[in-house]
Parts: sequence; C-alpha cells; structure tokens
Amino acid sequence: MTLANHYSYWVIIFLAIAGLYIVIARGNLVKKLVGLSIFQTSVYLLYVAPGKLIGGTAPIVSPQFQVYSNPLPHVLILTAIVVGVATLALGLALVVRLEEAYGSIEEDEILPQDRDA
Amino acid sequence: MAVATLAIVVQRNLFAVVILLGIYSFMMAAVLVALDAVDVAMTEASVGAGVSTVLLLGALYLTKGDELKPLHRPLLPLGVAAATGLVLVYGTLGLPAFSDPSAPIHRHVAPRYISEGPRETGVPNIVTAVLASYRGYDTLGETTVVFTAGAGVIALLRRIRRRKKEGDPQ
Repeated sequence: MTLANHYSYWVIIFLAIAGLYIVIARGNLVKKLVGLSIFQTSVYLLYVAPGKLIGGTAPIVSPQFQVYSNPLPHVLILTAIVVGVATLALGLALVVRLEEAYGSIEEDEILPQDRDA
Repeated sequence: MAVATLAIVVQRNLFAVVILLGIYSFMMAAVLVALDAVDVAMTEASVGAGVSTVLLLGALYLTKGDELKPLHRPLLPLGVAAATGLVLVYGTLGLPAFSDPSAPIHRHVAPRYISEGPRETGVPNIVTAVLASYRGYDTLGETTVVFTAGAGVIALLRRIRRRKKEGDPQ
C-alpha cells in the first residue's frame, strides 16, 4: 500500500511548503528567516526519515542489538544544523544592519526608499 | 507540529512567532528521537530551540516587534507553493517506501560503517565515529563556515556600535 508507505514524505513536504510560503509571501525579513528555518528542518527530516528502520535502534553498537538505523544521514544533518544556525545569525545581523540603514525591516518599506534614491 | 507551523504562518506578532519556533524545534527534536536519530535530536534541542531562539530574540530587541499587513494579496505565493507541493508529492511516488531495508540508502556505505566502525575507530557510537573520523574533513569545513559566519556578524554589528558611540544621527 503506497499511501501509508509515503506518508512520511508528505509530512516533510507540508513543512517545506509552509516554509516556502512564508519566505515568498511575507515582507518582514525576520519572518522570512523563520520561514527559512522551517524549510531547513523539513530537509533534516527528509534526510533522517529514510534512514529509519522499524525495529532498529539508534546507531550505538551494543551486543544486544542487531538492527541499527543508518548513521550517515545523522552525521550530515548534525553538520547542517550547526551551519544553519550560523547562517541564521549572519542573516539576522544583516537584518539589524538594514534596520539601522532604512529604519524598517519590511520589504514593502525598504524597496520604495531604494527606488526614490 | 502542523498547528505550530500554521500558527507561525498566521501570527503577526514576531515575539510570538519566535516562541512558536522554539516550541516547533522541541517537537522536531521529539520526532528525531522517534526516528532513532538521538544525536541529531540533542543538537536540534540545544541549537535549534536554544541558540536560534536567543539569536532571534536578540534581533527583535534591536528591531521592531510587529509585522505589517502585506500590501498585496497572497494568492500568487500560495499558488506557487501549492504547485511546488504537488510536484514534490508526484516525485515521492518514485521513492522507496518508509523503512524499506532494501532501499539504496541502507545498502551503500552504512553497513560497512556499522560492521567495521567500532573496530576501526574504537568508538561504539557510530555517528561520532563517522563525524570525527571517516568524514573529519566535512567537520573541518563546517567549522570554517561557522568561523566565517561569526566573523561576518562581528563585522556587521561592530559598525553599528561604533556609530552609536560617536552619536552620529544618521
């Protein structure tokens, strides 16, 4: 039955779409970064979910267990989370700098100021 | 989790959005534990829910707390997002089923890591073994990215502080 087998992918897609919608539709720059974070967590799930084996356990070797989940996606996503928070910090620093230069963090207010200048 | 996501989409008070994102990150960590990714869950709970929330709150302190109503209708972005979603759902139909032991992801290097990793590195936690030993260069690159981002943040924010100190009205 494909419907139940692919349910995990659809959860991921819902999160990705919600993040994408926030990034496109909202003009507030902090809100855009929040949307980007949600999109990012959906990618974490996209990597980790296929590595899970039902009946398996976390990949810490012990004589009591034979089946382990795939450790490679865990490693990649561990790196991605740390890099994600670093880019979030850089994005927020840019937002603070824009607020200082334009007095606003709304795209709808920043773009007209640029056009007039 | 879906409720928290939708609340983030609808909510205009940015403080509430940031707190909801923290709640969302904790739920994501719980889901990751259920998927056997305990190391990732620990990182997500501390970095995603902790550090990110602090960073966002700091940025809100330096900027404004409320979001304006958008000037244009959200129909076009909604359409784009829905179309992307449909294409992605169509794409998943070709992917292997959840928890299928014969999927390509379980047949490549992972079995070797699990069978040989403890013997070759002496670390029972395979995630640690792969992170620090087999893919050590990845971790070195990650550290470089974090360092560059930190340097960028300092370079951007130091100018503001200096200008404030000089009392420049600009």
